[in-house]
Amino acid sequence: MSKTLLNVRDLETKFFTQDGVVHAVNGISYHVDEGETVAIVGESGSGKSVGVMSLIRLIASPPGKIVNGSVVFDGQELMDLAEEDLRHIRGNRIAMIFQDPMTSLNPVLTIGRQITESLELHMSMNRNQSRERAIELLDLVGIPAAASRLDDYPHQFSGGMRQRVMIAMGLSCNPQLLIADEPTTALDVTIQAQIIDLVDRLRKELGMAIIWITHDLGVVAGMAERVIVMYAGFIIEAATVNDLYAQPHHPYTLGLLRSIPRLDEAHKERLVPIDGLPPDLLDEPSHCPFAPRCEFVIEKCWQENPPLETVADDHLSACWRDISEIRLELDAGLAGGAA
Amino acid sequence: MSEAANMNGSGEVLLEVRDLKMHFPITRGILIQRQVGSIRAVDGLDFDLIRGETLGLVGESGCGKSTTGRAILQLHRPTAGSVRFEGVELTETSGPNLRQMRRRMQMIFQDPYASLNPRMTVGSIVGEPLDVHQLGNSKTDRQERVRELLEIVGLNPYFVNRYPHEFSGGQRQRIGVARALAVNPSFIVCDEPISALDVSIQAQVINLLEDLQRELQLTYLFIAHDLSVVRHISDRIAVMYLGKIVELAERTELYENPSHPYTEALLSAVPVPDPVVEAKRQRIILEGDVPNPASPPTGCNFSTRCPKAMDRCFQEEPEFRDVGDGHYAACFLNEE
Repeated sequence: MSKTLLNVRDLETKFFTQDGVVHAVNGISYHVDEGETVAIVGESGSGKSVGVMSLIRLIASPPGKIVNGSVVFDGQELMDLAEEDLRHIRGNRIAMIFQDPMTSLNPVLTIGRQITESLELHMSMNRNQSRERAIELLDLVGIPAAASRLDDYPHQFSGGMRQRVMIAMGLSCNPQLLIADEPTTALDVTIQAQIIDLVDRLRKELGMAIIWITHDLGVVAGMAERVIVMYAGFIIEAATVNDLYAQPHHPYTLGLLRSIPRLDEAHKERLVPIDGLPPDLLDEPSHCPFAPRCEFVIEKCWQENPPLETVADDHLSACWRDISEIRLELDAGLAGGAA
Repeated sequence: MSEAANMNGSGEVLLEVRDLKMHFPITRGILIQRQVGSIRAVDGLDFDLIRGETLGLVGESGCGKSTTGRAILQLHRPTAGSVRFEGVELTETSGPNLRQMRRRMQMIFQDPYASLNPRMTVGSIVGEPLDVHQLGNSKTDRQERVRELLEIVGLNPYFVNRYPHEFSGGQRQRIGVARALAVNPSFIVCDEPISALDVSIQAQVINLLEDLQRELQLTYLFIAHDLSVVRHISDRIAVMYLGKIVELAERTELYENPSHPYTEALLSAVPVPDPVVEAKRQRIILEGDVPNPASPPTGCNFSTRCPKAMDRCFQEEPEFRDVGDGHYAACFLNEE
């Protein structure tokens, strides 16, 4: 059993806006082991990005506020840390790659300057040392002729190349934890494959842990060891990747898997969409957040929000219903539909 | 609805595209603009669309798939080539005649947030095509038709007086679909209609498009970059790369028997939501990026990234030819 690197308990983030309180993250708990890849899956507005931004307190305040929770990183509580001390962790021991490589790079600074900035800041290197290290990093992420490209500006790079630069920046200080927030969403599939391949190789070489945020269940299947599914600011299911796809326990996960077309589908089957709309986060969560869209809803779902409980080894789910009953209903329903 | 209903399944050609080219000029100079080059967004396409089928058009960003859709509808006037729709040559049609043809062919746009006028009510958005084509005879007729359209796409007709911002992404896309259906088209270009939607909502819109196709005998050109979705919805699929179709085949044939190295790489790059399958798959990782369409490589467009490129590929351009049973590909490897 490897050592726990990050331990998040009851993390709760709200945004106090003119329209009311947005319940973005509603008490989530999970852990990440050293060298492990954990994927956080959810739709837009499920709180997956706010959840990880809260870890390193990158929440604009006001309107945002982390109202509760504890984040222990390598034995250190981040929530009590002074801003000054946290700055030594951010970008250094915990690095982040953002979704959009087009807007996350500063257009008026050269690539070299943007990479060396954090090296000079965190590793107290001088100009020459940091420049050398930057070339090394660009080489590592597979940018051809790295030395000559250091003085280029972001607009001279393509989307995939910019994302590589972002990754190089993320890796510059040898982080123990890399948070990747939808790093491939803005890219084409062939470039996405390049980036996933690269990150996975770097993880093995450098031994860092990765939190990979995505809405794409396909990407997750290929690279993560454990998966956390979020809905309306709650973790509704968490399991090892094989368990989650083979034995999903929560109706939402089940619904997601049934609603996406697969490249390897044998013949044309009708997709089963999840009815209704994602929830409005302005509403105070009192019942199960998925109840309004759930096919298997029962009376209790409207009265109490189910807690996240162990349903099998290494498998947590937040649902009042028993999965075996749901499966029976599903089989009966499908048989009835076909007849 | 009435005219399209005489579909007999024998494969009547609805749309015939021949050597379609769409080049955009690159100009220099402020007062006197000189053309210094051109972006070959679409560079010689040949394909037919059979009435009632869905042709999927896939490719990476910048390969010219949206431009193709627009050039077919004459939203961009093609640089060269021919587009025949129901026997009429569209590239030579203009003015009122072209507007008449547009009743038969419509478009659904990618971004449901940008393609609806925020100051118009849903009723006027969906009703506008009726006014343009003078289809609503009286005010009550028009209202009746708008209500009917909203019902067809699964929206409550009670919403006619609401504005787009009151709807979610999926609902807005339904409004876009209702607007396209207003004039009873037989052909719809769907330009990435679901890529801006949440995963759980995408299936709703895909099912809607499939139902409408069956009920109204529609023909779709379905443009998308998501190969799983395209495989699901299409009958035949065309793969584009740098302004050209590199492969075109029936859906299962294309996925099981890709005859072009680009299609192979593209298919292998798409993740499958199943860890057991994923663990077994071999991924072909392409090197580098798509070349600049202003100066495409000599020879085969894909030669710069192709893992199987031979000497010949850098000099000659492979012909887009039938490799068996209506499976077309442009690659020298199929010649042996």
